[in-house]
Amino acid sequence: MTNQRQVGVPAWIYLPALLGAVLVLLPLLGMISRVDWPSFVDLVTSDSALTALGLSLRTSAVSTLLCVLLGVPMAVVLARTSFPGQGVARSLVLLPMVLPPVVGGIALLYTFGRRGLLGQELDALGIQVAFSTIAVVLAQTFVSLPFLVVSLEGALRSAGQRYEVVAATLGASPTTVFRRVTLPLVLPGLVSGATLAFARSLGEFGATITFAGSLEGTTRTLPLYVYQLRVTDADAAVAMSLVLVVVAILVIGVARPGRVAS
Amino acid sequence: MSLRLDATVEERGYAVALDVADGETVAILGPNGAGKSTTLDLVAGLLRPDRGAVHLDDRELTGRDAWIAPHERRVALLAQEPLLFPHLDVLDNVAFGPRSTGTARSDARESARHWLAEVGAEDLAERTPAQLSGGQAQRVAVARALAARPRLLLLDEPMAALDVAVAPALRQTLRRVLADRSALIVTHDAMDALILADRVVVLEDGRVAEEGPATEVLTRPRSGFAARIAGLDLLRGTWDDAVRTADGTAVHGLVSGPEPATGDPVVAVFRPAAVSVFREPPGGSPRNAFAVEITDLEPHGDQIRVRAGELAADVTAYAAAELDLAPGMSVTFSVKASEVAVYRT
Repeated sequence: MTNQRQVGVPAWIYLPALLGAVLVLLPLLGMISRVDWPSFVDLVTSDSALTALGLSLRTSAVSTLLCVLLGVPMAVVLARTSFPGQGVARSLVLLPMVLPPVVGGIALLYTFGRRGLLGQELDALGIQVAFSTIAVVLAQTFVSLPFLVVSLEGALRSAGQRYEVVAATLGASPTTVFRRVTLPLVLPGLVSGATLAFARSLGEFGATITFAGSLEGTTRTLPLYVYQLRVTDADAAVAMSLVLVVVAILVIGVARPGRVAS
Repeated sequence: MSLRLDATVEERGYAVALDVADGETVAILGPNGAGKSTTLDLVAGLLRPDRGAVHLDDRELTGRDAWIAPHERRVALLAQEPLLFPHLDVLDNVAFGPRSTGTARSDARESARHWLAEVGAEDLAERTPAQLSGGQAQRVAVARALAARPRLLLLDEPMAALDVAVAPALRQTLRRVLADRSALIVTHDAMDALILADRVVVLEDGRVAEEGPATEVLTRPRSGFAARIAGLDLLRGTWDDAVRTADGTAVHGLVSGPEPATGDPVVAVFRPAAVSVFREPPGGSPRNAFAVEITDLEPHGDQIRVRAGELAADVTAYAAAELDLAPGMSVTFSVKASEVAVYRT
């Protein structure tokens, strides 16, 4: 119990709030009730399940790394500089967040695919992107990047520039300020942004299936595997879904919104 | 190190020229929005002027074609808040400056211990900023600024955020470390100016309103703001055997300094405690009398300070109650000619 001062909320407001909570939680219960517990371990440790899980973890880890390498500079440029068209740039960066992922997949296909914008050049170099593991990583990075950028830009703005100004007058070059002051100050924001990006990558479906296809061991990540199993082996689909739920709950634990604000 | 600033920032209506001689501490006084922070920003390299230049000795920091980045100016800034880096302990905070300019870690830490000792904070070295009181944190911030071996120290109201109880100790420390350093200190406090500064520059509306030795400016103010923070009343006018103010009132007083000629700009300065307050204009006495409207009443020591626009009068609480004073009331302020100092500006 806290002793915070507060005025009461209307009594009726609990009803829709409760309905909303039920809408979120009931399907999870429904799914858990269908789990075939005796064969659960066998289902989630089958060869194809482990292959899909391993591929998902590897590609998500790489795309999270890419999000950090590209997203941190993007967030810094958006939060700490001003240039003409910055507002438009900020909105465009958010685009993959609101775009249907399948549209992102089409866009990637017609950019990096064999007959895409860069397809011939890449082909000439002997690089075949579409329907490869690289395509999975690209699709995941495409949809996850905005999560990291938004989260980190917010952290940078709320941290303000006062510490950076002091550091500069103490003789620190912009690179030193970035490394020794800016990054440590926004580390919680970076961690939660990266965690959100990882979660988004892990759950990525639409862009992946459009741009990378669903080839076992190469591009069939866990969500694609679950989608396919749903028809052929419902028990396995439910078991793997539960694994994804557990991963999602762990992610929320690391990146819960309260920590972004602090 | 000597500083020379001469800069114009159109957008802020700022046009100021000022100098800091080698080893001199100059206090910048002025009301909010007068351009005090702009001055520090210009010197630190956080703001580019539209016109003008900043020189530190012969080095042009800011100029028509010159621009030295903030981190290469060797101008350290001590802000109102300590702004210690929360992720570093006290020792590493102080070592930050030397580390940033390429000193090896162990040497930087040794230098940090030296500067912590210099401000009497050596026993805080292992703490984190969160474990420090406001006064301790500001002391560490002073050590951190000094450890960067700045050629010029900028202080932006360094005592403003501190408890009244701990400010004097920090003021003594600053007095010691600023003794033979070139420094520019922005303050609202007459005491800071008197104790820390050799010279005072008063800014008003982005211009230098007056400058001079600290004691001179604060005992014989020529600008409204300097008079206000020195706790004095000041009326401005031209000389014709009395100070003739813009509204035609004649203020009589004792001329100090060179005798003004007719038409010279002069000021009449007196203490609020020398002012008496009357409900009805006093008749037939050899006093200066001003019809004013009370704007504010506030406690001032064991007296009540009665403000009427630019003027103030101190009366006892008993007198204030007896006269039933209240804001909006028309009264007469009266002061003996012998209590009024008149001098040229």
